[in-house]
Amino acid sequence: MSEFFSMGGYAFYVWGSYLIALVLMVGEVVTVLKRRKSLR
Amino acid sequence: MNLYKYASPAAFYPLAGKLIPWFAIPAAILFVVGLYVGFFVAPVDFQQGNAYRIMFIHVPAAWMGMLLYVLMAVYAGIGWAFNARLASMMASAIAITGAMFTFLSLVTGSLWGKPTWGTWWVWDARMTSTLILLFLYAGFISLQAAIDDPRRADKAGAVLALVGVINVPIIYFSVQWWNTLHQGATIRIMGKPSIAPPMLAALLIMLAACWLYSVAVVLTRLRRIIEEREQNASMFARSTV
Repeated sequence: MSEFFSMGGYAFYVWGSYLIALVLMVGEVVTVLKRRKSLR
Repeated sequence: MNLYKYASPAAFYPLAGKLIPWFAIPAAILFVVGLYVGFFVAPVDFQQGNAYRIMFIHVPAAWMGMLLYVLMAVYAGIGWAFNARLASMMASAIAITGAMFTFLSLVTGSLWGKPTWGTWWVWDARMTSTLILLFLYAGFISLQAAIDDPRRADKAGAVLALVGVINVPIIYFSVQWWNTLHQGATIRIMGKPSIAPPMLAALLIMLAACWLYSVAVVLTRLRRIIEEREQNASMFARSTV
């Protein structure tokens, strides 16, 4: 299991990439959903 | 059924609302499947070890950045040429998602470049032209935000978007035209792909997920834009009679 998370020493780069993707996409979805509420 | 009626923002608004879950739910499922195949089925790369797994988000993000730009320019052009409000609104709705994917491709590329090339960034043809793509999106978004009259903003945006389209083939062919640090195309339209089948499967599933995600988010944003711009239209008017 820890072998999986270490990504053969590339953990920072691999998980960093997917973490940024997650933050950007969740952030975009939240922003677009909030945009409706601010209008009303 | 007369499809042309959906060219009207008021008619498209409820249709878009009905379509969104049909893209959002498959997108979520395909992200899970794509990541599963990418991390548990695809083997370790013999040259790059596990660092190559960044590919499954980097490549789809880069493609979406380019594809969405072309789509944005086409809609902006239709909106300008045929005075079609909905098409212009679609272009505005696409811009932020396209910019997000372009930014994501640059950041993940940087995180991939550091361990494999030994540098976060080089002024290589592909990376520089992708950075220009991000600036084109930023220019389109800020130009539209700076002009009060929505139809004038649409026209100005259309000119910028259409002129900027020339950058997309430059990004695509940059790895062939110039000697670059960036590797060549992984998937070719003609001929065999240069990667193992499970890697290719994960890549294509993630690409499909990113497409579906984009459609769902763009349609949701399009509905917000229609609400904002058509506030006086009968569809939103409170009963005055």
